[in-house]
Amino acid sequence: MRIELMVNGDPVSRLVEGSESLLDLLRNDLGLVGTKWGCLTGDCGACTVLVNSEPVVSCLKACAQLDGSTVTTIEGLTPTHGLSDLQQAFVDHFATQCGFCTPGMIMAAEALVNSGVPADEAAIREGLSGNLCRCTGYNKIVDAVMSVIEQRNA
Amino acid sequence: MTATETRVVGKRLPKLDAPDKVSGRIQYADDLDIPGMLTGAILRSPHAHARIVSIDVSKAEALPGVKAVIHAGNVQQRPFGYGHDNLPLKDRKVRCVGDEVAAVAAIDEATAKRALGLIDVVYEVLPAVVDPLEALEDGAPLIHDERLDIDGNVSMRWDFETGDVDKAAEEAAVIVEGTYSSPLAAPGAIETHVVIASFDRSGHLTVWSPVHMVFMYRKELADTLGLDWGNITIKQPPVGGSFGGKIDIDTHDFICVLLAEAAQRPVKLAMSREEEFIGTRTRQPIHFKLRTGADADGNILFRDTHVISDNGAYNAWGSHAMLVAMNTVTSLYRVPNSRMRCAVVYTNKSYGGSVRGFGNPQSTFAVEQQLEEIADALGRDPMELRIQNANQAGDVTPQGLKITTCGLTQCLESVKEASGWNERRGKMKDRYRGLGAAAFIHVGGGARIYGSDGCGAMIKMDDSGQISLISGSSELGQGSETALAMIVAEEVGVPMSKVRVIHSDTDVKPWDVGVHASRTTFVAGNAARLAAGRARDKLLAAAAEVLGKDDLVIEDGVISSRSEPERAMPYDKAIRRLLLREEGNVIMSTAFYDPPTENQDKGYIGNISATYGFGAHVAEVEVDPGTGQVKLLNLWTAHDVGRAINPSAVEGQIEGGAVMGIGLALTEELPVRVEVGELMAPNLHDYGLPTMVDAPRIHVDLIETNDPLGPFGAKGIGEGGLIPVPAAVANAVADAVGIRPRQFPLRPWKVLDWIQTGETSNVVKGAGRG
Ligand code: FES
Ligand code: FES
Repeated sequence: MRIELMVNGDPVSRLVEGSESLLDLLRNDLGLVGTKWGCLTGDCGACTVLVNSEPVVSCLKACAQLDGSTVTTIEGLTPTHGLSDLQQAFVDHFATQCGFCTPGMIMAAEALVNSGVPADEAAIREGLSGNLCRCTGYNKIVDAVMSVIEQRNA
Repeated sequence: MTATETRVVGKRLPKLDAPDKVSGRIQYADDLDIPGMLTGAILRSPHAHARIVSIDVSKAEALPGVKAVIHAGNVQQRPFGYGHDNLPLKDRKVRCVGDEVAAVAAIDEATAKRALGLIDVVYEVLPAVVDPLEALEDGAPLIHDERLDIDGNVSMRWDFETGDVDKAAEEAAVIVEGTYSSPLAAPGAIETHVVIASFDRSGHLTVWSPVHMVFMYRKELADTLGLDWGNITIKQPPVGGSFGGKIDIDTHDFICVLLAEAAQRPVKLAMSREEEFIGTRTRQPIHFKLRTGADADGNILFRDTHVISDNGAYNAWGSHAMLVAMNTVTSLYRVPNSRMRCAVVYTNKSYGGSVRGFGNPQSTFAVEQQLEEIADALGRDPMELRIQNANQAGDVTPQGLKITTCGLTQCLESVKEASGWNERRGKMKDRYRGLGAAAFIHVGGGARIYGSDGCGAMIKMDDSGQISLISGSSELGQGSETALAMIVAEEVGVPMSKVRVIHSDTDVKPWDVGVHASRTTFVAGNAARLAAGRARDKLLAAAAEVLGKDDLVIEDGVISSRSEPERAMPYDKAIRRLLLREEGNVIMSTAFYDPPTENQDKGYIGNISATYGFGAHVAEVEVDPGTGQVKLLNLWTAHDVGRAINPSAVEGQIEGGAVMGIGLALTEELPVRVEVGELMAPNLHDYGLPTMVDAPRIHVDLIETNDPLGPFGAKGIGEGGLIPVPAAVANAVADAVGIRPRQFPLRPWKVLDWIQTGETSNVVKGAGRG
């Protein structure tokens, strides 16, 4: 079937097969390799992107369901110059090590912050528990996200 | 010891690669695309033990889009691994589920997978043995039966003894004896293994692989495939996590190169998550039978160990984990007499590699639980008993480890204080809560297991003032690149922004053993510092000609005279001054740092590391007595880090390690179906990597002892964060509900079973003396 969608603000029109995932479309077709994969079973969160502002694991999202949707990936979140407040907070708080979970983590965190989550450690941990990070032990990711919630609320 | 005054070292600086990582611009191996690249796929054995009767690839070869089909019958390969017990593509036998039997390169993934389905392999299934104790029995299936030089299923033995253990046992007032087991586990990096290989038309091979013992990788590739190792370039894309999983060469690396050779096209081979669990290296199960004895005053007298290491089907790095496990048995605390008898046993399952901690979490789990049991038997506080027996600077342990600096006592005091140990241990049983401690010792100044434990470094200064450090080491995400840049900026006397680090291409970088054993900051850091100092001296010599002074210093990029500070010039001008003239010259320097250590002798005695890292943790748990669920409420950690080059990075290592340790302690394991030797659930859903809600906030205290040999005082800290966690959690569970965990992970059903069956004391002599 043919789908029309917006990816990072650009129109995309494609003929897709039933099995093709959003992750396939992004990485293999559109060359948006900033989105990573770690399992393809919905368990790691590395492939998280925003679909109509909601966080979605793109490995499980069929393209066929995306007609008319708006998709934002890490490339789309990144401003033309510099970094977003959340990205900068990850840099400043040492919240990325190998970086492989980071694009997915930042997309999930962006959605979480936008959802109006309170500046509360347990709420942040709960909200990001679908995203695995094997490197950081999570302290510094929580700190980065917390700082952005506080900043945006200020 | 006081720390040298520094301008860059010791600061919390962001990682150099962080901006590109947070914006998704970093390209990992699977993000790379090469024109004409094919997709590879591997056909793996479904059987744990079988003879390969025949392989027919004709249908696969005939499939349009297939460019190469390889198997043992049509490639050149030699055995590899310790004792040369493994082949990239198996020829006569498969010895574990996942063994590589054939491989395909095709124009796309779908075609490659379809081709795998067209390969006919006839197996004659053999009885398999997955339990190492059964593998040791008479009449057990022989896994390497064709190898007459192998003793049954015993791959190797490690035997160590100092002092007189039997006499010490007679004299001991308290003896504790128990058996402790650990599971098959995985490194669990979020990025799976991905490799790309390409031959150019002159026959030069380039491999892109996120490996981190890269020079050995190249040598082993050449040796096994009969290639000229001088005609191979290895490029290391950024590593999406390793924890030892990507340390060195794996079977798929050879296969990728064989496919590229057969197809004469670039080939990419990416492991799926399932293949990552089944077909790449694991943390091997280890069974410890340990006895510890102490005198009536609480001085540890001896440790006596029988160890069975469940090697899996072949020897990879895991076969050598005993090396590190032994350090803990002989040298954590002052132990005058110790004995260790280890058998590394082949079984028909996934084989062990080098996973963070490398035998030490398993060893510490046994040793540190017995420490607390001895204290309880003597009616002593376990923390006090630890402090009483703690290693001290200046000690040489019976295994020959030279303890140069030692913050163990401070670490113990720190976690004792932070956790409210005196007020709370043993006093929360009514709420099924408990506190448990564990300490560790681990190599912190390299680990000499080869002839050299060295690392090369080169500095190049160019006309813009840019300073390039070309290091033999590799960045895995841990931030070593940033730490090395900080060391160079400090040593030369320039701002951080002037330093770039190049470390990912064997055509460019100098030799290094590789990233392992928590050695990079120490060994590569010392090499970088030496090279930087030499380059700085050349720079100052060039400036001396202009300034007419020889008492020059360089600070923040300005060279000036100590006696006449107005005589000054920017450092980049000095570089140009030397370069842009008749008979000019470039500023370059090299260094090779090999720590002053020794290989162990045949009795495993020798000082393998230039310094040792120490640390202590206290865990607080709450146990649900109805379900056996263990909830980790708090983890306090204190680590002797020598000196923190970048405190944020050091905390990141400890926090990340600690959460890996929490996974090991509570959830992570790969259960194996006993009769057939296959993994029950090779997926991330069941494996049990800790999520953000499983892990509490980790409390970290950095203790600085300023090691005289470390670069600016630093010690290696890459592994320590996880080592004591399973032991500390087990001790906390013992405090909470009075049982003695004999294995990790502490899954609820096991804990419930122990509560119900009353797995309590291991004290065999002197119980209840206190
Ligand atoms: S790749 Fe999509 S959740 Fe892991
Ligand atoms: S930074 Fe490596 S997995 Fe999160």
